[in-house]
Amino acid sequence: MSGHPTAAGLADKGILQASSVVDDSLRQTDLSVPSIRCGGCIWKIEQALNALDGVERARVNLSTKRVCVLWRADREAPPLIRTLADVGYAAHLEEPGNDTPDRTLSELIRALAVAGFATGNIMLLSVSVWSGADAAARDLFHGVSALIALPALVYSGRIFFRSAARAIRHGRTNMDVPISIGVLLAFGLSLFETFEGGEQAYFEASVMLLFFLLIGRTLDHLMREKARRAVSGLAKLVPRVVQVVRADGHHVTRPLSSVEPGMSVLVAAGERVPVDGRVAAGLSDVDRSLVTGESAPQSAGVGSVVQAGMLNLTGPLTVTATAAEAGSFLADMVRLMERAEAGRPVYRRVADRATRFYAPLVHGVALASFVGWMVAAGDLHQATVVAVAVLIITCPCALGLAVPMVQVVAARRLFERGIMIKDGAVLERLTDIDAVVFDKTGTLTMGAPVLRNRQAIAPENLALAAALGAQSRHPLSRALAAFEDKESPAMPVSGHVTEHPGCGLEALSDHGRFRLGRAAWALDAAARPTPGAFEDSDQTETVLSKDGELLEVFRFDDPLRPGAREAVGALKARGIEIHLLSGDRAGPVRRLAGDLGLDVFEAALRPRDKVAYLEGLAEAGHKVLMVGDGLNDAPALAAAQVSMAPGTAADVGRNAAGLVFLGDGLEAVPFAVALSHRADRLIRQNFLLAIVYNGAALPFAVLGFVTPLVAAVAMSLSSIAVVANALRLNAGSGRRRRHEGTKQRRPAFALETTE
Amino acid sequence: MSIVPYLVIISLCLGAVGLVVFLWSLKNGQYEDLDGAAERVLFDDESAPEDRRAAPRR
Repeated sequence: MSGHPTAAGLADKGILQASSVVDDSLRQTDLSVPSIRCGGCIWKIEQALNALDGVERARVNLSTKRVCVLWRADREAPPLIRTLADVGYAAHLEEPGNDTPDRTLSELIRALAVAGFATGNIMLLSVSVWSGADAAARDLFHGVSALIALPALVYSGRIFFRSAARAIRHGRTNMDVPISIGVLLAFGLSLFETFEGGEQAYFEASVMLLFFLLIGRTLDHLMREKARRAVSGLAKLVPRVVQVVRADGHHVTRPLSSVEPGMSVLVAAGERVPVDGRVAAGLSDVDRSLVTGESAPQSAGVGSVVQAGMLNLTGPLTVTATAAEAGSFLADMVRLMERAEAGRPVYRRVADRATRFYAPLVHGVALASFVGWMVAAGDLHQATVVAVAVLIITCPCALGLAVPMVQVVAARRLFERGIMIKDGAVLERLTDIDAVVFDKTGTLTMGAPVLRNRQAIAPENLALAAALGAQSRHPLSRALAAFEDKESPAMPVSGHVTEHPGCGLEALSDHGRFRLGRAAWALDAAARPTPGAFEDSDQTETVLSKDGELLEVFRFDDPLRPGAREAVGALKARGIEIHLLSGDRAGPVRRLAGDLGLDVFEAALRPRDKVAYLEGLAEAGHKVLMVGDGLNDAPALAAAQVSMAPGTAADVGRNAAGLVFLGDGLEAVPFAVALSHRADRLIRQNFLLAIVYNGAALPFAVLGFVTPLVAAVAMSLSSIAVVANALRLNAGSGRRRRHEGTKQRRPAFALETTE
Repeated sequence: MSIVPYLVIISLCLGAVGLVVFLWSLKNGQYEDLDGAAERVLFDDESAPEDRRAAPRR
């Protein structure tokens, strides 16, 4: 490892911020490593990370494709991401605090376990009763059942009782009200029967109801959105403290919030610009991709305008602030995002819509049959039994499972393809979309320059340029450095290499003066071609010179993301409109649009314009899926009906998006859309199944034919049918495939950055 | 017939033991990485003690 900065090396700088404190001596960092596929990966990663200095222990979780690393707080943060890149795995830092144990989930699972235990045991007793136990044994078994059911109801049932009580207190009704009434009535009636020595008790029905409902509730909870707001990630982008240059030339460290217009702030190479301003001194290259989406870095010298969030690449800059923190670009973005998040129409989930219609219906039918039997037979006991049977039969067990079961299976399928979804509602929103808006840089393209004219380049010149490029963190240099040959290092640049910010790299050696950089700087005026020859606006290039003579021209472009063409084709085949919005210049945008056959494209858009464009589409009645990655896309991601971001996106973009795809391939987009359609179909089938089942059983219940046995069978069968139907989503998934894929699917990110 | 109450109690106790064990294993984090557990079985013996050391303590 040569120790020069690379993309992975730069990413390692974020480890400290993204870690959480375990105790006095340990910090914990969570990494998401989407390419973990098998036991071999676990072994390789744990070996590599545990060998690092300062790492206390590293543990891979294969199910979640994450690595949890504990490292000693008194040391410098270990270079985790670079180490993983060296063994061939691309890794992203996870937000700290995402992993806090979910109290509600563990409460649900415990309640589920207790209900399951009670159901099983009561069922054993009930089966013997149904098989014709004599009166003495029947009464004994009913008594034991009551003893099991009571604690189970108290422990597992409180989840429903609590919510029902809350609803009633607010004068509303929700699905938990009929559930609670049904369960409690069934229990009370059975208790009465037990004391009276009656023949039928519904203990197993009341507990089984809880069991099935809790399964649905637990799955549903898994698919609920975790309270996480995208905006919080924005502020983390810039350091909270800045180096302010005082009038006497001394540097003092000040909190960012104290910066006022007119103050001079020092921005070291590799740091992000903290406030909007104008460059007062220094010369450097600035990566604006996060802010504007522009692919190529721009040079910045005295007088250049810079915005908060831009990354200073090559040389130190002194920036005179033109706005305070609150007035600068990033703060503006925060406000834009907040507005977008607040303004998004509240989406009513399918299940909630169904429930609103179902709850009053259940109440009504149960009450009506109670009154009917009272009038017809005048027997309170008989009428209560029928009402309880109606409540049990119409209980939405299958309905409660219908949606979450499908969504959990769908989420699992997506995860296997490296797509993470934020919550179940995202799938429902995805079903409706009829337009996709793509960002350009980093979304349709990889967002990193790649050498295009490699065939035309002499190997020795390439080796030389690679050795020079390895000394810089400029994106073009890094692209060249990927070709460095470590076994036989290029000879002539063993000497002194200096970086001239905004121009390029210079090496002085016995063989002469080598320069890698802008043509205007690297070449003598005589050797320089006519102005404009190197200024093709569609591509970026750099030259290698020796003593002012041209040795080689390196042309770069930002390659298409793999699968971009297929993705566009597949979406078009579905009849989905595709729009391309970019902050980049018109030239590259037009070329890309032509390449992919996209008719609708807009260039040079600011974040605000993108949001406005999306709002325009929404007003025209379109349901839009936004796919983007950068900070400049974040407000648009938040404003769209549903949004998707690559795993390499800025934190803010990832948090704002409903779906994140971790691999490189853009096929993830049509895959997710197609899966959402299949999931939607299954959800509808499930509703139909559940309703038909309940509808068919309801007349029997109303007429008083439903015995405890019939209730138990009907409940189980409908739930099983719904679960089995949901599992059809797995058909043809082939979970085994991930092992075959291990060998050839090395992450491209790691290939590019391996030194 | 007199044996039935005992059998009922014994079966309930067995079931309760199962429940307690499940709740314990849940708390112990045994369901955190089901896929990984299936693969780790195949690792060489030498790594086994180290893995136990590395298991997250909660």
